Amino acid sequence: MGELKLMKGNEAIAEAAIRAGVDAYFGYPITPQSEVIEYLMAEKPYETTGMVVLQAESEIAAINMVYGAAASGKKVMTSSSSPGISLKQEGISYMAGAELPCLIANVVRGGPGLGTIQPSQADYFQATKGGGHGDYHLIVLAPASVQEMADFVSKGFDLAFKYRAPVMILSDGLIGQMMEKVILSEHTPRWTDEEIIKISPWATTGKPATRERNIITSLDLDSYRQEQHNIHLQKKYKEIRENEVEYEEYMCEDAEYLYVAYGSSARIAQKAIQLGRDKGIKAGLLRPITLYPFPSEAIRRLSQQVKGILSLELSAGQMIEDIRLSVDCQMKVEHFGRMGGVIHSPAEALQALEEKIIGG
Amino acid sequence: MTEEIIIAGFGGQGVLSMGKILAYSGIMQEQEVSWMPSYGPEMRGGTANVTVILSDERISSPILTEYDTAIILNQQSLDKFEKAVKPGGLLIYDGNGISHHPERKDIRIFRVDAADEAGKMGLAKIFNMIVLGGYLKVNPVVELDNVIKGLKKSLPQRYHHMIPDNEKAIMRGIEIIYPVKGS
Repeated sequence: MGELKLMKGNEAIAEAAIRAGVDAYFGYPITPQSEVIEYLMAEKPYETTGMVVLQAESEIAAINMVYGAAASGKKVMTSSSSPGISLKQEGISYMAGAELPCLIANVVRGGPGLGTIQPSQADYFQATKGGGHGDYHLIVLAPASVQEMADFVSKGFDLAFKYRAPVMILSDGLIGQMMEKVILSEHTPRWTDEEIIKISPWATTGKPATRERNIITSLDLDSYRQEQHNIHLQKKYKEIRENEVEYEEYMCEDAEYLYVAYGSSARIAQKAIQLGRDKGIKAGLLRPITLYPFPSEAIRRLSQQVKGILSLELSAGQMIEDIRLSVDCQMKVEHFGRMGGVIHSPAEALQALEEKIIGG
Repeated sequence: MTEEIIIAGFGGQGVLSMGKILAYSGIMQEQEVSWMPSYGPEMRGGTANVTVILSDERISSPILTEYDTAIILNQQSLDKFEKAVKPGGLLIYDGNGISHHPERKDIRIFRVDAADEAGKMGLAKIFNMIVLGGYLKVNPVVELDNVIKGLKKSLPQRYHHMIPDNEKAIMRGIEIIYPVKGS
């Protein structure tokens, strides 16, 4: 068993990055995720594993540093919160186009605009539907505990390199700021130059006489080649949808009503379910762990069993669109969620189920 | 067993660190724990609070609206959280600076004048540990041994020489806490 610690979600991401053998972190501070870079600066992994930690001059600089380092086959990551992630979108789209693996953590705060510094889940559309320009998707992981904040770092890199695609950890100020116990994995050494050449033969590692130049770009002015590239990307997203869906079911066996919620809202839904069961209301939870790909099949299956679905999100209702598509709008699906940094209580979540699904 | 606790007071009173020590103590006795602070502008010069949950089971929501125990260190927090204690629950408060005392009859109320006591002991910094001692007297959710282990885990090495003072403060809290009549 690994080392047991009490940590904030943000600190867990940082510690897990060091332990996962990440080569570089480029970032720019923003509440509520500044502990990521603070922790890395305090731990000084550049003196131990050789991991680069750099505070860039802006979010835009940071994501382009990620692009450059990823192009050379390195394990590289950045993190930010909502307004900062918006600034990074150009770079993220370029990386999706150039098929560069990387990890991006978004510790979401309330928006739109500069919004607030309190937790929110209103970046779901941005994270799962592309975010930047062009036809692309990120693989999106939604941790619901500090343990998952740590675990999803290496999981994210595994997926990023498997599919040559940027991966996003979509969390929020609640999961980022709370402390829970976390079991940390053993240290994985950083890849050697030889390993990088073997793992990522596409990377710009210096041209030997034995192969053609490796070119990393998202630009191709020949529309027919660009279309072929798009077809290739879409094939990749289909493969991701077929192979990488993850979710967790909570008290679904006998459930008559279903919450669908991810991240912090999933935790709140669990408590709402306990409160409901004390009153004889049999509700369960489906928690998407991957938001892209979305667990549509599981929701469709559970929709055969339950009388209605409540989408619980800290937003005006974004994931609800994917839930309704999952059930082809054939059953009652409603939304409840507080906005702008206000967190719904378990009691409110239960009341919403009673009013909108059971009584509605 | 699940114990849901809110600790609330002014920023700088050691509210967050008291919560952290409790959480560490829970880990020492192999419990599940969560520690969720209020963060943001409200902390600057205003009230600070932290929700700590200790449980033998997996913890669901780290955010709550009702608590088994409220540990209250200023008037604003008393006004806000007295009503959030579950019926039959526990409220512990420091009387320093309190003009409107708690009035509920359906909960257990205890008072620990830790600020005064810390002043008398000449150890203002360990004020929060006196409060913690009082809490552990009334509701021994964690064993004292595990609190000391938790302290060692949560304090950086350079503060370990202060652990005996912290221990002394906890013991003093155990002695001076008293029930408020009528509650």
